[in-house]
Amino acid sequence: MGTEAQEMTNQDLSDPDVARAWLRSMILIRRFEERAGEMYAKAKVGGFLHLAIGEEATIVGAVQAMRDEDYLISTYRSHGHALARGANPDNVMAELFGRETGVSKGRGGSMHMFDFKNRFMGGYGIVGGNLPLAAGMAFASDYKGLDEVTVCVFGDGASNQGTFGETLNLAALWNLPIVFMVTNNQFGMGTALARHSAVTELHKRGDGFGVPGVRCDGMDVVDTYTTMREAIRRAREERQPVLVEAMTYRFRGHSMADPEEYRTKEQVAEWRERDPIVSFGRALVEQGTLPDGEQDQMDQEIIKRIDDAVAFADRSAFPPPESLYDHVYVLEGDSDSWYSVDERSAGVHRGEEERNLPASARGPEDAYRDAVTVAEREDATAPKPTEEAQGAPSTAESTEQPAQGGNG
Amino acid sequence: MPVMRYRDALNEALREEMERDERVYLMGEDIGVFNGAFKVTSGLLKDFGDKRVRDTPISENTIVGMGVGSAMLGLRPVVEIMTINFALLALDQVINHAATIHYMFGGQARVPLVIRMPQGAGHQLGPTHSHCFEAMFMHVPGLLVAVPSTAADAKGLLKAAIRDDNPVIFIEHEYLYGQRGEVPEGDDHLVEFGKAAIRREGADVTIVGISRMASTAEKAAKTLSQKHDIEAEVIDPRTLRPLDLDTILESVRKTNRVVVVEEGWPHGGVGANIAALIQEQAFDYLDAPVARVTGADLPMPYSKPLEQIAYPHEPQVVEAVLSTFRDL
Repeated sequence: MGTEAQEMTNQDLSDPDVARAWLRSMILIRRFEERAGEMYAKAKVGGFLHLAIGEEATIVGAVQAMRDEDYLISTYRSHGHALARGANPDNVMAELFGRETGVSKGRGGSMHMFDFKNRFMGGYGIVGGNLPLAAGMAFASDYKGLDEVTVCVFGDGASNQGTFGETLNLAALWNLPIVFMVTNNQFGMGTALARHSAVTELHKRGDGFGVPGVRCDGMDVVDTYTTMREAIRRAREERQPVLVEAMTYRFRGHSMADPEEYRTKEQVAEWRERDPIVSFGRALVEQGTLPDGEQDQMDQEIIKRIDDAVAFADRSAFPPPESLYDHVYVLEGDSDSWYSVDERSAGVHRGEEERNLPASARGPEDAYRDAVTVAEREDATAPKPTEEAQGAPSTAESTEQPAQGGNG
Repeated sequence: MPVMRYRDALNEALREEMERDERVYLMGEDIGVFNGAFKVTSGLLKDFGDKRVRDTPISENTIVGMGVGSAMLGLRPVVEIMTINFALLALDQVINHAATIHYMFGGQARVPLVIRMPQGAGHQLGPTHSHCFEAMFMHVPGLLVAVPSTAADAKGLLKAAIRDDNPVIFIEHEYLYGQRGEVPEGDDHLVEFGKAAIRREGADVTIVGISRMASTAEKAAKTLSQKHDIEAEVIDPRTLRPLDLDTILESVRKTNRVVVVEEGWPHGGVGANIAALIQEQAFDYLDAPVARVTGADLPMPYSKPLEQIAYPHEPQVVEAVLSTFRDL
């Protein structure tokens, strides 16, 4: 984080407002993810929950290098990407809670966030599945003669999918305005990089496809920003796709259900020493950009903001049962033909008729009511006794509890 | 009405829709310089240029995925997969992405994508180039599935598919490419999805024919009339999603007998599905069990005589219809 790097950036980090925005964005992701983990433990959040704690600099560094009109597309670890692009934390949390007010109306969940308005083009649950989509988006911008760039984020595990080679080849062949960002967090789920990739310097894998690669320190938001900014510039101005490998580490398990038998506590501790929020915050104070203590204040505000998001999600309604078939198809005009066939219980009917039927015709819905009852049993906003005992962490240096195994 | 080949009707549909809407572009393997493996896209590169007619590498999954991504941003891609068998390489993008995105993101994004590809046996191409997969694609909520069997429908359905805001699996047939048929004049010939065609009216039995089997069913109906004094009503659903079930049910309520004919595999096939829907909603009208004629339940063999008995021909359909008149 030297002055040289700062000079290369468009955003002037000596401007306290800029520095504040970056720091705020990273802390927001950290606090959001922590609370999401707690809500998972309270069974307010179901399914898989993949947290980006430790990877905040890769997210914020990339997003700060983008223009508003650019597109971002990511993976199943995507809450942070949605938030950094400007999605409302209320709606992101509500999506985790499976509520109608969620960014994807409760249809997607943790792995499938989406916010078209902010050009966050989705989290995707299939490893490597988002690369072709991203190239298609870049193609669309190119086709329309627009100056937009697509940033496609995926993990080190995805670099072994066929879509990696296929998409890089096509992007280079067609000079698409796209940046491939591999967040190398050292593990494809529980399989260490050296155990899943013959070539572990992933940025070198682009060369054979005509996509030059570059590596950045994904624990350093400024280095990530600087690298991404140049990659995005090349994509936009030179129509040259670039592969950026951001070296990073997730402090938590792959998902909440991860006993972490594949790595040592020492390794985790070593990377935690390089906490991207702590180091960025410390540097800003040392440079005199932010006064000492401001980060604590910011942190408290953010914690409160996340509390509000949890309260919003908790009081939001679940999608009503008659909305089950909404958005399976784009339906315009009347049609008597059968798009969806509902055979959930006696009395077959067209799925698209669901909203027009009396509840009795939809069949027994006890399971819906049971699920609502269970979900409403506990107040999400009530503090857990353990949290109170630990006290709310007040500085970024103590934001993280030790890695927890099998807590999901 | 002008008479043209099925493949030329498709070409005309592409040409007209490209002229009508700048957002429509074509992408596929050898569709440009080579003019298409089956010549459906013949001449389009010359007339529309390489911005809108894109030869691609052999990367089916990524081509389809790029179609999905560009459709999400408002383009209207028509992706050609050389044959339906190669679409299996793209199933992740078709099912996990194209079919799912509108629902998964709460209706925020649309995927107005058409994936065109031919299927069918008869050319001795063996087990990796001969299969019929309409049942597999029909299985997936979020997809529309068209199976045109005439030149007129090929054109009208393809134009409707390109204008539809849902992802469409558009299944052509290798045998049908060279077949001629009348096609209504003008660039406004559209065939609405979810409207079956009654190819032949009859009061004694209903034959539902899928894709090429709609024409096989018509031939069988003539034989039944001439040799067995049985008047068959032949229905071509034209699209399997949405399915014009009402037209089928109406016919069954009239004839009380039904045979479903398809070229694909029987287990979990189109006929299995239509038979289930018929017995649920018209059980009391049936005078005989719903009969099916399907392709053989195996990988398509190469050897000509074996291949010929591995997919349905007219005599099998005639025999199946007669079986519905025998005493139970």
